[in-house]
Amino acid sequence: MNKVLAQQPDAASAAATPVIEFRGVTKRFGALTVLDDFNFAVAPGEKVTLIGPSGSGKSTVLRILMTLEPFQEGQLTLAGIPYHEPHGKGPFRASDRHLHQIRSHVGMVFQSFNLFPHMSVLRNVTEAPVAVLGLSRAEAECRAIDLLRMVGLADKKDHYPAQLSGGQQQRVAIARALAMRPRVLLFDEPTSALDPQLVGEVLGVIRNLASEHDLTMLLVTHEMRFAREVSDRVCFFDKGRIVEEGEPERIFTAPAEPRTREFLQSVLG
Amino acid sequence: MMYGYAWDLTTPLTYAASILPILLIGLTVTLQAAAAGFALALVLGLAFALLRRSRIKAVALATAFVVEFLRDTPLLVQLFFLYYVLPDYGITLPAFLTGVIALGLQYSAYTSEVYRGGIEAIPRGQWEAATALNMTRWQTYRDIVIPQMVPRIVPTMGNYLVAMLKETPVLSVVTVLEMLGLANMIGERTFEYLVPLSMVGIIFLLLTLICSAGIHRLEKVLPKAGIPLR
Repeated sequence: MNKVLAQQPDAASAAATPVIEFRGVTKRFGALTVLDDFNFAVAPGEKVTLIGPSGSGKSTVLRILMTLEPFQEGQLTLAGIPYHEPHGKGPFRASDRHLHQIRSHVGMVFQSFNLFPHMSVLRNVTEAPVAVLGLSRAEAECRAIDLLRMVGLADKKDHYPAQLSGGQQQRVAIARALAMRPRVLLFDEPTSALDPQLVGEVLGVIRNLASEHDLTMLLVTHEMRFAREVSDRVCFFDKGRIVEEGEPERIFTAPAEPRTREFLQSVLG
Repeated sequence: MMYGYAWDLTTPLTYAASILPILLIGLTVTLQAAAAGFALALVLGLAFALLRRSRIKAVALATAFVVEFLRDTPLLVQLFFLYYVLPDYGITLPAFLTGVIALGLQYSAYTSEVYRGGIEAIPRGQWEAATALNMTRWQTYRDIVIPQMVPRIVPTMGNYLVAMLKETPVLSVVTVLEMLGLANMIGERTFEYLVPLSMVGIIFLLLTLICSAGIHRLEKVLPKAGIPLR
């Protein structure tokens, strides 16, 4: 197929072409190699969970996809767009414009929510659609309220983040990310900073999202039961590589690799 | 006699009352110079702070050099330079404007450091969230970073405002007729310095007290989390 055509969201090719593709990606922080010749692909609409010990590089995968971290070697494409430009400069080897184009397809939900504390909930969800997508405030607010309703927080639209519980903040953060209409949504340990009794409400929202077929989701989580429930595929990470991957049922009930078994034993008890 | 007001040296009180209108004329000049100088320092300081964070190394380095230079040379030297040296190169500015520029430049070096600290205090997660929402660097500064920085820097900026206010008498050396300069001239003509100089001291004390109270009030009124600019 023609390369230019492959970048179009063509329905026929979409099923065959991965929306995310890492080919031999190596990421180093100084002398430390975090990802080593990393290969990984995600199909459109697929829900993939990354599990593994901390420091194994799971979050780095998301941060690279969100262009928060550059990588040194290999190739990465999102929706057919390569991250590196042929003559790209700077650590990202791409122009701001190119990075802007990549980011328009991907959104991220952070462990520490990172809501804007000086803005109301509604403003948090409308700010980027107005500033970046160029929506009118009225239109952005209309969409924001729909999204807030979806996460069960429409009545909190005039509150400020500090007035909300952690779980509510994270649900607002999910609405905020969705307001940019990403094709790919990344969740970086979305419940790790929450009190145990607040985890459920956030997982509930993510679970509902996962039932939507077009949204591609990549989750890093320590909630194993949840991972088993929502994902199409689970990848076990260790030392910058995927040691084992497969359907959640198989990974959780019959892991083939000893390291996977050890890890699951330690977290499931 | 000055500005149409004659002094009355009968008693210290009548003397004080008779020269008060003259000093108040000087006070307006002092206030104008401080207000204009501080406004310049606030704008220029922010520009310096942002340029210093530029991703273009040369721009960041050049800005750092300029800021360091402004900060490490005396205000009086900068003032004399602007007033006496620039005319040799065909740039002649009115005394008042020269004073405002000198004050603004010197204090912009200080305010740029305050801004820098304020910007660096914004958690990294805020930048990352803005990036994840595809906001540009400029939009991130405008909508996320600067609005959150403002409440944090108000107290320090207030200190610099008071400091600048107290430094405005320096402008009298380049013939700006501000309050202290006028008091001095009154003294020269009447051979009686105690009253005019004491009055200037008291007026400055009142000014700084009012300023500090105003800043304190502003600190209380501003929302701690920041104010959206748009």
